Amino acid sequence: MFESLTERLTSSFAGLRGRKELTAENVEEGLREVRQALLEADVHFRVAKDLVEKVRERALGDERIKGVDASEQFVHAFHQELVELMGPEDARIQFASKPPTVILVAGLQGAGKTTTCAKLAKLLKEKHQKRPLLVAADVKRPAAIEQLRVMGERVGVPVHSVEGAAPPLVCTSGVHRAKEEGHDVVILDTAGRLHVAEELMREVGGLAREVKPDAQVLVVDAMTGQDAVQSAESFHSELELTGLILTKLDGDARGGAAVSLKAVTGCPVLFVGTGEKVEDLEPFHPDRMAGRILGMGDVVGLVEKASQEIDEREAQDTYEKMVMGTFTLEDMLAQLRMMRRLGPMKKVLGMMPGIGGMAKDLDIDDKHMNRLEALFTSMTPAERLQPGLLDMSRRRRIARGSGQEVGAVNELLKRFKDMKKLMKQMGKMGMGAKLGAKAKRDALKGMSATGELAGDAGGAGGLGSMLGGGGLGSMLGGGGDMGGMPVPPGGANPFEGNRPMGSSSTRKRPAKRKKKPKRSRKGRKR
Amino acid sequence: MGVLARLAARLGRTREAIGDGISGLFRGGREIDAALFNELEELLWTSDLGPIAGELCEELKRLHRRGELKGEEDVRSHLRKELSARLDESAEDPPQPSAGPLIVLIVGVNGSGKTTSIAKLAHRFTEQGKRVLLGAADTFRAAAADQLEVWAERNGADIVRSHKDGADPASVAFDAAKRGQEDGADIVLVDTAGRLHTQRNLLEELEKVRRVLGKAVDGAPHETWLVLDATNGQNAVQQAKEFTSAVEVSGLVLAKLDGTARGGAVFGIRDALSLPVRYVGTGESLGDLDLFDPGAFIDAIVPEGSGEGPRA
Repeated sequence: MFESLTERLTSSFAGLRGRKELTAENVEEGLREVRQALLEADVHFRVAKDLVEKVRERALGDERIKGVDASEQFVHAFHQELVELMGPEDARIQFASKPPTVILVAGLQGAGKTTTCAKLAKLLKEKHQKRPLLVAADVKRPAAIEQLRVMGERVGVPVHSVEGAAPPLVCTSGVHRAKEEGHDVVILDTAGRLHVAEELMREVGGLAREVKPDAQVLVVDAMTGQDAVQSAESFHSELELTGLILTKLDGDARGGAAVSLKAVTGCPVLFVGTGEKVEDLEPFHPDRMAGRILGMGDVVGLVEKASQEIDEREAQDTYEKMVMGTFTLEDMLAQLRMMRRLGPMKKVLGMMPGIGGMAKDLDIDDKHMNRLEALFTSMTPAERLQPGLLDMSRRRRIARGSGQEVGAVNELLKRFKDMKKLMKQMGKMGMGAKLGAKAKRDALKGMSATGELAGDAGGAGGLGSMLGGGGLGSMLGGGGDMGGMPVPPGGANPFEGNRPMGSSSTRKRPAKRKKKPKRSRKGRKR
Repeated sequence: MGVLARLAARLGRTREAIGDGISGLFRGGREIDAALFNELEELLWTSDLGPIAGELCEELKRLHRRGELKGEEDVRSHLRKELSARLDESAEDPPQPSAGPLIVLIVGVNGSGKTTSIAKLAHRFTEQGKRVLLGAADTFRAAAADQLEVWAERNGADIVRSHKDGADPASVAFDAAKRGQEDGADIVLVDTAGRLHTQRNLLEELEKVRRVLGKAVDGAPHETWLVLDATNGQNAVQQAKEFTSAVEVSGLVLAKLDGTARGGAVFGIRDALSLPVRYVGTGESLGDLDLFDPGAFIDAIVPEGSGEGPRA
């Protein structure tokens, strides 16, 4: 989402790299770039200005870390400012002590209110064990009620509507019905309105005063430009907002609105919409967002997702096989399938450190993965367990069976060999025996100077080994479309033939491997 | 302070910050200095001009150093000149093809205002005495066809739609084009589902709709218009690039220009793709759609001066 900003900062920090101290001059260089990048990312002009000032103070301030690259320190300062600006971390909808909790959802036309209402209902129902009722209070747009009704059906939540009634009546009767039928959450989908349309703004304000919702949420399109500030201010003064939901974050909008909105309204972003499907609504994590801005990728999100989808024992098995050198094509297939369970490749890669920006340019379509899987499934189990069996005639058969060229089979086998070789080396190195000062610094460089994130680096490394970093790298390397991709600074390049994703962490921080996913799982329950 | 007064005050501020920005900068006979350039920069960036804002400021600073800028009028006229040079031509309604209906494909990201813009376009063309047919090829969003049908009724336009959810959009588009030709319609407006420009497969689907239209009627679609949300920032440029490379966009419809957003992103789009803005949406009612007028558009960013110093 913030890819372009990431690229920009990365190049501006290249100038700072290697220098030991931040000085007034070299900080200015970075700050100019940061400011330009923030503005181009649609962060509001004033907000960008303030942010730059704060980063300048922090970068030159007392919290100087000795022996750390100037660029790292700059990243650190910027990361902290962004996290603080977009925080707090645990923003959520406050449920009323006496149900039902009434949530009013408002926003400009086309922000995505109706879709978001349905997604929110689904999320509250499934993750919070609530019994929501959707209320169709948009009586203005043609077929809006019908749209909500269809969406409600799709997520299995009833929709309340009153033919021909004005919004206040629809809402009060909806709340009444919720009490009678035992719904503990009521979501009011209001009509889209322009913040300068006085009558409509008064109407929604009046609605709020009459219904007295427990939460008043503004839905904002992540692609919004500088105007985000003005519309949010207007809605805020009319409604006394309690939270924001940012939609359409699955595009390539740099999403500077996320930074501006929080700064202007003081309201936390509660959720982000990340796709067209009804389950694509996720909690907002300022540190991850800041992490994305700084090119660290959404490592925490990836680990969390992985821990949901990947069977830990299975992962441990694979890992042991890799280290023991008993890894077979069968395991490689298991690994591929494990990885695919995480979701579409593009989405997964977008979460990886240093790759977010590239993912959008890559054609890592899932078709490539399909072709790979077809190669594996065209082998017999015996062949997968004993790759040595694969002579030319068997290879030809596999190629025919999977509808591909023999070259593709050969390529896959070469990757497999490379992986095994690499694993052997990793085994020899004793997996982290040489953890020294440089390794610690590398860990810092990879993730940010903040202790907590350096900790997460371990998580990433753990994931790398869980997934069999070499496997991911090699498999993708086989795609053939990724030639000439720039190497992400400070991170492993998964597109280099046989260098494992997250290999540096894998080698150096084996101790973190098993713990991290657990930690993030705990975090998810919050 | 009452809600109304608060709103009025806030809107006043907004107008001041944007509409009368330049006059505001010079009020009180200020000299051209660094602080003033900062405010100028803010004015341009907050209009969503993007990197062009930075370029214009640099250019103005350069001219100032060379002593070519004396005061408010110089800055104002220079800026207006620069902006007009980047967005020159006035828009016109598209010409009818020599035979058969004019077929227009409408595309855009989710929530940009496609369906509403189509309703307004239908209104505009029926007012001109043309026979309009709507094609409801948004078969994805729940009730999208119902929404379009309501608009068709209000406009007295015909509609071709599928009653089943998730029908093939290309086949609806095909039917609409064919029906338009057979029934002697003047204009066929084909609505499509909103899609983010990063969704490769959805862009391919759109490309198919385009191809199939060409099979239904020779030379169709004659126009492909991208509906942009004027409140969008720099991402609008990305949208224009991706949609253009997928379906050869021939013009822009700038929706939601009735708020405080200035839609400055179209300058960047013009820079990168030379795409003309055809229409602007300026309000909630059916009549609120105008041909794009670059003069008025630029006025909203940098107002024309009275020539007598600061305006009240």
